[in-house]
Amino acid sequence: MNVIVCVKQIPDPAMPGELDQSTNTLKREGKLILDESDSYGVEMALQLVDAAGEGEVGLVSMAPNGEVSGLRTALAMGAAKAVLVSDPELAGSDALTTAKVLAAAAQRLGDADLIIAGTESSDGYTGTVPEQMAEVLGLPSITFAKSVAVEGGKVKVARQTEAGYDEVECPTPAVVSVTAGVVEPRYPSFKGIMAAKSKPVEEVTAADLGVTPVGWAGADQQIVEVAQAPAREAGEIVEDEGEAHLKIVEFLEGLKVI
Amino acid sequence: MAINNMWVFAQEADGAPSSATLELLTKARSLGGTVSAFVVGDGEAIAGVLGEYGAAKVYSTGTLDGVLPGAAGAAAMKAVIDGGDSPDLILFPQNYEGRDVMGRLSVKLDRTVLTNNTALEVDGDSVKVTTPVFGGETLVTTTFTGEGPYLAAFRPKSFEAAAGDAAAGEVVAAPVPDLGATGAAKVIAVHVEESEGPKLDEAAVVVSGGRGLGDAEKFEMIDRLAKLLKGAPGASRAIVDAGWVPYSMQVGQTGKVVKPNVYIAAGISGATQHMVGMKGSKNIIAINKDAEAPIFGVADLGIVGDVHKVLPKLIEALSAR
Repeated sequence: MNVIVCVKQIPDPAMPGELDQSTNTLKREGKLILDESDSYGVEMALQLVDAAGEGEVGLVSMAPNGEVSGLRTALAMGAAKAVLVSDPELAGSDALTTAKVLAAAAQRLGDADLIIAGTESSDGYTGTVPEQMAEVLGLPSITFAKSVAVEGGKVKVARQTEAGYDEVECPTPAVVSVTAGVVEPRYPSFKGIMAAKSKPVEEVTAADLGVTPVGWAGADQQIVEVAQAPAREAGEIVEDEGEAHLKIVEFLEGLKVI
Repeated sequence: MAINNMWVFAQEADGAPSSATLELLTKARSLGGTVSAFVVGDGEAIAGVLGEYGAAKVYSTGTLDGVLPGAAGAAAMKAVIDGGDSPDLILFPQNYEGRDVMGRLSVKLDRTVLTNNTALEVDGDSVKVTTPVFGGETLVTTTFTGEGPYLAAFRPKSFEAAAGDAAAGEVVAAPVPDLGATGAAKVIAVHVEESEGPKLDEAAVVVSGGRGLGDAEKFEMIDRLAKLLKGAPGASRAIVDAGWVPYSMQVGQTGKVVKPNVYIAAGISGATQHMVGMKGSKNIIAINKDAEAPIFGVADLGIVGDVHKVLPKLIEALSAR
């Protein structure tokens, strides 16, 4: 069974985010790392391929600057190969363009039984790309999976809902978006890290894939204002010396909650 | 093109429209123009309430019989648009079904989507939406530049729901066309995990626990405190991911947005992911060991202390009343 995972390389979330003054979009230059929310998809894919006993995990990713360090992390976890769509023209692409590019990259990677993505990236969090990819590819999709199994040509998913979860199934090929916590991502082993260095990463442009227009030209949206949100004022801070719970009782009384 | 014709993606739960639906209808109604509700499911039963909140017309696909709404809803919407009733703007709730339908529809119409919004402004031809970024510290306002229909999703509780006095909406059938392969995902079984007591996103008091509780068993303190205050228990993403409590209890960017009268955060440091979901609460009480925790920056009352000491005493004091 072959599984393709969409992975995003993002600026380190531990660093404070910053907007580019000229475009008002998130600065995504310099070193990029594997989005943690995609590490779950990579792990899920590796486990599904393991369970099937045959096949491999391929990766597709899109980045304006040719960055591969995040992809190498996923390859070190055990993915076999990757297509990186790297193109300065991609800067400013919206979710729809991203979905078209990733769908084309997935097709370039070859036939897959399953395409897995995170539910949303940690930096842009539009949250529509997996469903948009499915539509571009004409595939069924199951979003917000908290568990995934493949059996007899069918993918079975526990799909999160407002009230709990639904058991959903559909025939493969299909697109599945997985939530954080679906599986515990492995840490790349030393052997994995060394092996990842020689795994194939094909770099292509959007034009190579026949997707145009992309970037600013393809995004029918424009940022018109960036403002500071009104700050919430901090209140009283009390150090607990054994009686702080009484402060809470008093506070709740003041609000007539008790 | 002025914005004259607006659709709201409407959802039904337990025989009534969801609160997010009513919020979006109220907002759409306030902008003037014609408002329609698009129900992916049985719209007949809720047409009365939808009308009251502003929907002159209620498109109804009829029950989906287990087909996931993403592909079905988008195809039904596309069919109506192709049939000649093309809206200028479609408002979606930022939740599972809203995101799925909007994603599919954006491909069918080849239109961009703007998600995670908390505000909407229409000025002549221009539609502006505002999205909080960096944990809500910065507000980014974006406008659509291409042709409509414009597709925008709004976080729950972005707008206040208020009923008007209009009659029931006129129900128009919007059947789901043949979906081919895209309609192959089917719901086999439904599992409800909701706890007793008030609903998390409607409760006047929410008590949430985080990793600072130490282990899953300690969440029992959160349950008890919530019960004593007639509130609902909530959780940070960290402990949902760790499997201590079900996802339906998660408060935050990828969970529920709550705006209760009182929000108590116990053992939660205040990651931006969490703050996005509770910052709008009227009164915030935080208990955390770390005096530097970001949660204290938004707390009206901050207790720097050990939740394992403060919570039992608080529970005892409240039980004795």
